[in-house]
Amino acid sequence: MIFITVQNLCNNCGFEPLNIPFPNREIKGGYCGDLLSWVMGRAGEDNAWITIMSNINVIAVATLADVSCVIFSEGTRPDDEVLSVAKEKEVNLIVSPLNTYDTAVKISGYINE
Amino acid sequence: MNDELVFHFDVDGEDFTSAGQASVMVKKNLRRLGLSPEIIRRVSIAMYEGEINMVIHAGGGVADVKVMEDRIEIVLTDHGPGISNIDMAMQEGFSTATDTIRTLGFGAGMGLPNMKRYSDTMDIKSTVGVGTTITMTVNIQ
Repeated sequence: MIFITVQNLCNNCGFEPLNIPFPNREIKGGYCGDLLSWVMGRAGEDNAWITIMSNINVIAVATLADVSCVIFSEGTRPDDEVLSVAKEKEVNLIVSPLNTYDTAVKISGYINE
Repeated sequence: MNDELVFHFDVDGEDFTSAGQASVMVKKNLRRLGLSPEIIRRVSIAMYEGEINMVIHAGGGVADVKVMEDRIEIVLTDHGPGISNIDMAMQEGFSTATDTIRTLGFGAGMGLPNMKRYSDTMDIKSTVGVGTTITMTVNIQ
């Protein structure tokens, strides 16, 4: 597995950086899930978290679970309020046009290149 | 660290969008104290789940976090409806959350199990119609 950062991931996988206060943060594996308590309990530190959930609580979960970034799949976008909280809390947010499965496959392909 | 450090938070039961703020504050404070990331993560997750539970089920409550030399104690107190069957509530997947709460991504029935998983001890005292007090400790290694 190569060392990849949030910025590397955006550049190489065609994801849109929505809010990247920490472009050089390392990504160590990933987690897919929309049930917040499930993500909270199972996502690992520095994981890239892929979800279609884009409400305000996602930012709190991302902060507390210490994921390296949130990737909104299916082109999902948070509203302005959520984005502004993410900026304030310095949470990396990315948008992927692909669905959750294809987003994970794309990341896996890049990591294992 | 000889003296105890205590943080107190009022958890607003009306404002679901700000749920998690107390946990984020605790995390920030623990970071300043230089505790290990793993300890901070465990405390943050356990407390967040408790905080969310108070917002979802109890109309808010209070959270007290005490940092001691060998452990961190989190006490969550609410005056909500209480838990009628604690054993059932502790099972993964069991939830009494409404559909509205579920659409926000909560109500997976993982709250209490996560709190137990990420703490070293957890004690639940609950009386139906009176409220619930949950005390968790996380040992500092």
